[in-house]
Amino acid sequence: MGCASALQMAEGSMKSIVLDQGDLGQGASGVNAGTLSLQIKRVKLMPYAIRGHQEWESMGDAVGFRKTGGYTLAFTDHEAELLHERMSLKAEAGAPIEFVSNSVLTKAEPHLADRVVAASYCAEDGYANSSLTGQFYRARLKQQGVQHREGFKVLGIEACNDGYVIRSASTTVRARKLLLSTGAWLKSLAALMDVDLPLQARINTVSVTQRLPMLTRSVIGHATGLLTMKQKANGTLLIGGGWQGRGTPEQGRGQVDARSLRSNLALARHVLPAIENAQILRSWTGFEANVPDFYPLAGKLPGYEDVFILGCVRGGYTIGPYIGKLMGDYILERKTELPLFDPGRNFVEVLA
Amino acid sequence: MITDTDIAVIGAGPAGCNAALIAAEYDFSVVMLDEQASPGGQVWREKSPAILHAPETPESVAGESIRNAISQSNVSHLSGVRVWHIERSIDAFIIHYESAGVSISLNCRCLIIATGAREYVQPIPGWTLPGVVGMAGATSIFKQDLIPMGSKMVVSGTGPLAFFVAAEQQRLGGKVAAVLTSNTFLDWMKALPAMILRPGLLFRGLRWITALYVNRIPIYWGHTVTRVEGECSVSRVEFKKIGKDWSPQGEPSFIDCDCVSLGGGLISAFESFQLAGISLEHRRDLGGWIPKAEQDGRTNVGGCFVCGDGAGIRGSLAAQTHGKLAGLSAVVFLGAEINHPIDELRREHTRAASFGEAMSKLSIPRPGLSKLTTAQTVVCRCEGITRAEIEDEINLGAQSMTSVKSGVRAGMGPCGGKFCQTAITEFIAKAKSCPVSEIVPPTARPPLRPVSVNTLAGDFDYSDLPISKPSPL
Repeated sequence: MGCASALQMAEGSMKSIVLDQGDLGQGASGVNAGTLSLQIKRVKLMPYAIRGHQEWESMGDAVGFRKTGGYTLAFTDHEAELLHERMSLKAEAGAPIEFVSNSVLTKAEPHLADRVVAASYCAEDGYANSSLTGQFYRARLKQQGVQHREGFKVLGIEACNDGYVIRSASTTVRARKLLLSTGAWLKSLAALMDVDLPLQARINTVSVTQRLPMLTRSVIGHATGLLTMKQKANGTLLIGGGWQGRGTPEQGRGQVDARSLRSNLALARHVLPAIENAQILRSWTGFEANVPDFYPLAGKLPGYEDVFILGCVRGGYTIGPYIGKLMGDYILERKTELPLFDPGRNFVEVLA
Repeated sequence: MITDTDIAVIGAGPAGCNAALIAAEYDFSVVMLDEQASPGGQVWREKSPAILHAPETPESVAGESIRNAISQSNVSHLSGVRVWHIERSIDAFIIHYESAGVSISLNCRCLIIATGAREYVQPIPGWTLPGVVGMAGATSIFKQDLIPMGSKMVVSGTGPLAFFVAAEQQRLGGKVAAVLTSNTFLDWMKALPAMILRPGLLFRGLRWITALYVNRIPIYWGHTVTRVEGECSVSRVEFKKIGKDWSPQGEPSFIDCDCVSLGGGLISAFESFQLAGISLEHRRDLGGWIPKAEQDGRTNVGGCFVCGDGAGIRGSLAAQTHGKLAGLSAVVFLGAEINHPIDELRREHTRAASFGEAMSKLSIPRPGLSKLTTAQTVVCRCEGITRAEIEDEINLGAQSMTSVKSGVRAGMGPCGGKFCQTAITEFIAKAKSCPVSEIVPPTARPPLRPVSVNTLAGDFDYSDLPISKPSPL
């Protein structure tokens, strides 16, 4: 999101520099499962998600984009009810989601378990190769003449007469304006500016198998949202679904919780029985930050005129490139195509 | 099935066995987990049960003795199991391991990691051909199956292992075409002071070399294999003299052979340490990335101790006392008073380590070594990625192990980067003109070894799935 904002600012002839404590695109974007599915987006965020898909599609092969279509499956009557209720609202919000019969599903995806009670389909769904996020933005920043520094861990931010001085262990950078877009690390960064954000981090687990014969062509999800599955062109199968690991962003990378992994893989095997003997090569976690109302933070940092904040997007991988552009426009003092989300709002009230 | 123990020891080599044995003397419950069928690790690997009788070697004698000690002790030895994950909670560790296709968890208050070393092989053209084997890999086969490899072997590598491999190949009835060692006679003279303090080991090394001379096997000091040739398997090697910085020099020579054993020394198998949350440090003299630890095995993670070659390559002699020290540290951590002479053990460890460290020094990579890896050499064997592809990615701005891995998939295959990481670290450091110590390994990701979905998912009833409430609409 920071990179997308910086690129937009460059387009508006505003000079910027991107600072990252680690490697570009590795905090969350590079470690999530890469699913691009409108079926798992929030109703009110659908316009953003649809435009997000367009952004990813335009990045194309450079980010391994594939529009495969995606199915969401229900295995019980209760899940089917849930699926109908949720997908109908999402379809109303503009996502081209339809319900499909078992025969259509079986024809498209013959390896899926035959116990499906209901299924929805969205032709717009697909995935990108999240590992390529950093590589992609690194190249784009270079191309647009935007500087970036990797391994720049911000230790302090001090106001000076015409802006801010950002300090790492070895160097300082001065800037008139700041955009904080550090994902799950927003809380500690905002704390440097004396702002306490009610931010929590989810610790989502992702796993990948060895290369397998082709078993599925689409992005597969589960009515509860607890499974995402897709097989890459190289045959490896990525399994996610937001099962929780351990740890906090402040402690570094999260840990895989074996119990979560067990449930995640059991669900995956239930849906696609042919993976039972597949070897899992790696499991990892990525942090996904959210605020109590589960809507984005996108606007001015409360109490500041020239410090901006972008994060907690809820579907941030999908929406990130788009909302990053909006943020760039906002900093350029242009009118944004869609409204942003005031970080100074009362989260509790919105919840109620 | 044991689900809880005071102390868990991962690895049953000289370090792990000694740690487990000494801790068990203090009446703590000790579980030792190991991949192999019987204790001994790589250095004291037991011969196959199909071989009824074989002449004794120092390794087989030491191995038998430790196997007897373990079987007579209170240590619960879980053999043939693979630890795939280590989880940390506030005051305990959860070890997840695979046993006969089932994943089992073990809670422990105290954890001793003695996972040993793996070997480093610098990628050279042809190193992926059938018939190429690591030097440590060759010794495993020799020890377990007592058979030589191929009909004519060339050995090329660093340190004492090159001579051991050649001598064992011969002793077991195989042929050695030549031994090439990157080390010069002068390198060995520098190690002499440490070796003289261990006359038994020095004498053994001299015997290997003498055996080679007696059998008129050429030893090329300061030479290395630069290319392995062959269509479907090894048919000959190209080799060159190397300079002081190990850069290949001059015109190549060739030797016909059908088997090549390559080795660039041992490096710590550090992934378990990373999973346990232990900080790493880079020590070229001890095999690269190793856990930050005190001599008694203490680390930054309370209750987690390290010992043996995994904690820094110091050899099997040092590993034994290191294991004892770590075992005692664990016992102290659990509140027991110890009656073993710690100071004496420390001195013994220091003495043993000085020999091992002198041997490790012979394998410290020198700047010219990475020149052996040509642009078209496959570096990441799992994904088939060449040095040129990796360097292109580095030149495009990927300046860390994580970003190179993400960008070109080097290290994303089944081995998880265990084979290619060391070489890639050098490439990045060279491109950035910084010390390799600044190029940190990528985050460790379980499983430590590939594990099947069935093993990880276990038995499962769909209605038992812990389904949380659906995410907000």
